[in-house]
Amino acid sequence: MSNLNTEMVEKYRNNFLQEVTANVEEGEWVKMCMQCGVCSGSCPLGPYWDHPPQELFMMIRAGKREEVLTSSSMWMCTSCYNCVARCPRGLPITHIMHGLAHYADRLGIAPKGQQTRKFANLFWDNLTKTGRVNELRLGISLYFMNGFAAGVKKALSMAGMGMGMMKTKRLSPMEYFGGHSIKDKKGLQAILKKAKEIELAKEQKF
Amino acid sequence: MADEKKIGAYICKGCGLGDRLNTSQIATIAEREAKANVVREHDFLCSEEGVAMIQNDIDNEGVNHVAICACSRRAKSEAFNFDNIAMSRANLREGVIWVRPDTDEAKETTQEMAEDYARMAVFEVNFMTPPANSGQSKGEKGILVAGGGISGMTAAVEAAKAGYKATIVEKSATLGGTAAQMLKRIPQHSPYTDPEDTGVSELVAAIEADDKITVYLNATITKTSGAPGRFSADISTESGSTVTENFGAIIQASGFEAYDANQLPELGYGKSADVIDQAGLEKLALEANGGSIKRPSDGKEVKNVVFVQCAGQRSDKEGHLPYCSGHCCLTSIKQAMYFKDQNPDIDTTVLYSDLRTPGAGGEDFYRSGQDKGVIFTKGTVSEVKSSGSELTVNFHDMILNDDVELGADLVVLATGMVPNGGVDIEAVPVKDEDGDENAAVEVSVDSILNLDYRQGPDLPHLKNGFNDSHFICFPYETRRTGIYTCGPVRRPMDMLQATEDATGAALKAIQAAENAELGRAAHPRSGDLSFPTFRMEGCTQCKRCTVECPFGAIDEDEERYPQFNESRCRRCGTCMGACPVRVISFENYSIDTVGQQIKNVEMPDEFDEKPRILVLACENDAYPALDMAAMNGVEYSAFARVIPIRCLGSTNLIWVTDALNSGYDGIVLMGCKKGDDYQCHFVKGSEIANDRMSKVADTLQSLSLEPERVATYEVAITDTERAPQLINDMAEAVEKMGMSPFKF
Repeated sequence: MSNLNTEMVEKYRNNFLQEVTANVEEGEWVKMCMQCGVCSGSCPLGPYWDHPPQELFMMIRAGKREEVLTSSSMWMCTSCYNCVARCPRGLPITHIMHGLAHYADRLGIAPKGQQTRKFANLFWDNLTKTGRVNELRLGISLYFMNGFAAGVKKALSMAGMGMGMMKTKRLSPMEYFGGHSIKDKKGLQAILKKAKEIELAKEQKF
Repeated sequence: MADEKKIGAYICKGCGLGDRLNTSQIATIAEREAKANVVREHDFLCSEEGVAMIQNDIDNEGVNHVAICACSRRAKSEAFNFDNIAMSRANLREGVIWVRPDTDEAKETTQEMAEDYARMAVFEVNFMTPPANSGQSKGEKGILVAGGGISGMTAAVEAAKAGYKATIVEKSATLGGTAAQMLKRIPQHSPYTDPEDTGVSELVAAIEADDKITVYLNATITKTSGAPGRFSADISTESGSTVTENFGAIIQASGFEAYDANQLPELGYGKSADVIDQAGLEKLALEANGGSIKRPSDGKEVKNVVFVQCAGQRSDKEGHLPYCSGHCCLTSIKQAMYFKDQNPDIDTTVLYSDLRTPGAGGEDFYRSGQDKGVIFTKGTVSEVKSSGSELTVNFHDMILNDDVELGADLVVLATGMVPNGGVDIEAVPVKDEDGDENAAVEVSVDSILNLDYRQGPDLPHLKNGFNDSHFICFPYETRRTGIYTCGPVRRPMDMLQATEDATGAALKAIQAAENAELGRAAHPRSGDLSFPTFRMEGCTQCKRCTVECPFGAIDEDEERYPQFNESRCRRCGTCMGACPVRVISFENYSIDTVGQQIKNVEMPDEFDEKPRILVLACENDAYPALDMAAMNGVEYSAFARVIPIRCLGSTNLIWVTDALNSGYDGIVLMGCKKGDDYQCHFVKGSEIANDRMSKVADTLQSLSLEPERVATYEVAITDTERAPQLINDMAEAVEKMGMSPFKF
């Protein structure tokens, strides 16, 4: 358990709803769910979730902290916004899902091998380094996301396509070494640093 | 106006009637066969000119009986509206040309149909007299209101605002009823976010300031007699004396009692003082007087309260209420706010199976509850246990499919409303093994109105003890004319609905009193002046009419003859259908007016291959359905002769027997839906008619006729395809069975 996690458990005791309200992006909306289930029925990936949104909201109210935060469910959200468009109560469900995922990630208790989580982190790291997504590096790190052997296998299977893209000048192997970036990399880093500070300050406040 | 009867028959040639029919032939028949004194044809009878022609005959020729041979009686009723005459209508348009094809082969049968209808109309009107006010009403206009709660007070205030005197009789010592025992009410105004003041004190002040309203507290109604426009009520007052007052109409706003939560031991009521019902919480909240609410057992501040919805209601368990009381979800939200508004850290959980928040602001109030942090959990509670000072609620979470134990300081049960509807006069007495009535099982209930009616002291119950008759088709109308119920005695409702309900009932009551003075019927034959009378010499005192009247309009006099109270009557004619010696009739609707129509259909002989099918159709649903079928161009057999009747309940068996004897090949009776979900406008008419018709098989047997020749159907107004089909089915059946052997 991470420090932050223990801290939060200590702070909110049994009132998980209050914890979510305070710390999760758009978390104050969770109490407004009226359990109609339209979100769950509208979700194109619904059948693959352990707990559809409506159920997650109920679990939050029932204080099932561990189950919610370690669940892979909210990581399954593809941001199609079907649920948001249909929610009769106007809950920003997509944002709450991402908020929950982010919160679980910050607490360090999100499911370890969760693919979406891995991808999200890889993407973030890749992007923040230069301010632009380095597609070649991102692609390669995705190949090796699940281990070296799997990565080699995947890379070989994609070799043909890679060659084709190189021939048509759609992909430059030189990108692997640095690649292009935005003009003011330092400025970006400063912005991100400030954002993190604000987030932490907000956390301390509650 | 000349005293002697003078019949005018008017034949319209408009709407294609003149093209399709030989109207001069019809005129000849009206004159020669039906003996109309004046017969005129007109190209456009409902035009100003045509109507003026008829009016001229009435004014100058002494015509006082009018047979209009044009369109359905349901059409052009405003044009053909003449005072102080008897009128019949022959339906040549919807009943003939619109249901028959315009072909050469059909021409002959279509003409026969029209001739029959014209002849029938003239004979019908011949046996009518112009209806007039009976003069029974004493013109009383005051409104008696039984009950001084929100509904009763509102009804009285609304009646007074409209200029009518109102008298409230309240059995307790104060006005206000249940609402006076509450801290606040569910909001009735935008933005519907917070509980509001009950408004009881404003209503009481309005009543005290109004000199049109008289209030009797600690009083009951010990006897009510009479009829709309001349009710007389004995009011037993606080001082012990009895006051007798006269009223025009009555509003019963006797409200409800809370369901007895002692019947819910599994939910801990009675076992722990900290399990209370919603009324119990209102009491605690009033006692707290703005401070924190303390629980009854040890006076500890409540920190964790659980509301259990649908406690002992919406359940088919023995002793539970099967219905939803409508207000409890909103009431629980309101009561949870008592806690949240005082201290947001108090845990409030509402355990519901279906949250229902009716009314304009219901959803907003629910949202406001959520916003204030009330937790709503969908679950069914199985048990409330108490151990020491702690309560545990066991419930099944229906979303997470999980059995949960929830701790609580206080548990509030949302129990339902039990109507205070008085004596169930239709309850079948319980009989023990020996067949004796078992008095021990009967629960004695005080009567509310103590009606001096033959059929019992209170309003008949509809379902579950609520006094109503049909809350979709005719709200407010109970089964006693001029007595209207409002508030939770009519159906479960909250204060906002009760306020609206009471306003409606006040207007209905005023209408009833005004109508009674003019001798006019209330719903559904609004404005009808005719009323039933009977020929005393022929009456055998069998009492069938007094028993069968769906509205308790007929009492017995000292000599045990029926005594008609015309302003209690809804003019359905069920008494007329019931009378075995046929002595009951209305001025414009009687055994003869229909009997003559049946008799004056020309009966072709057996070898003509032209059967005759009599259709007796209820004027409320079946007849309009046939009219609408005609408008839609649906055709039916040319052998049918349709006679509209006020209600299938007015069907006297003599019509059926006479029709069979005079050679009809088939009879189709069309009434409304009967039974628990009845649609009969006169509540019981259709059902009673069905009972009567079940005995018609004997008649058929004695005549050696096939039982299939008489069929009774339930027809709804929407059955525009089915109703004509039923007639065609009978025509087909007759073709198979062969012609009736009774033609002469």
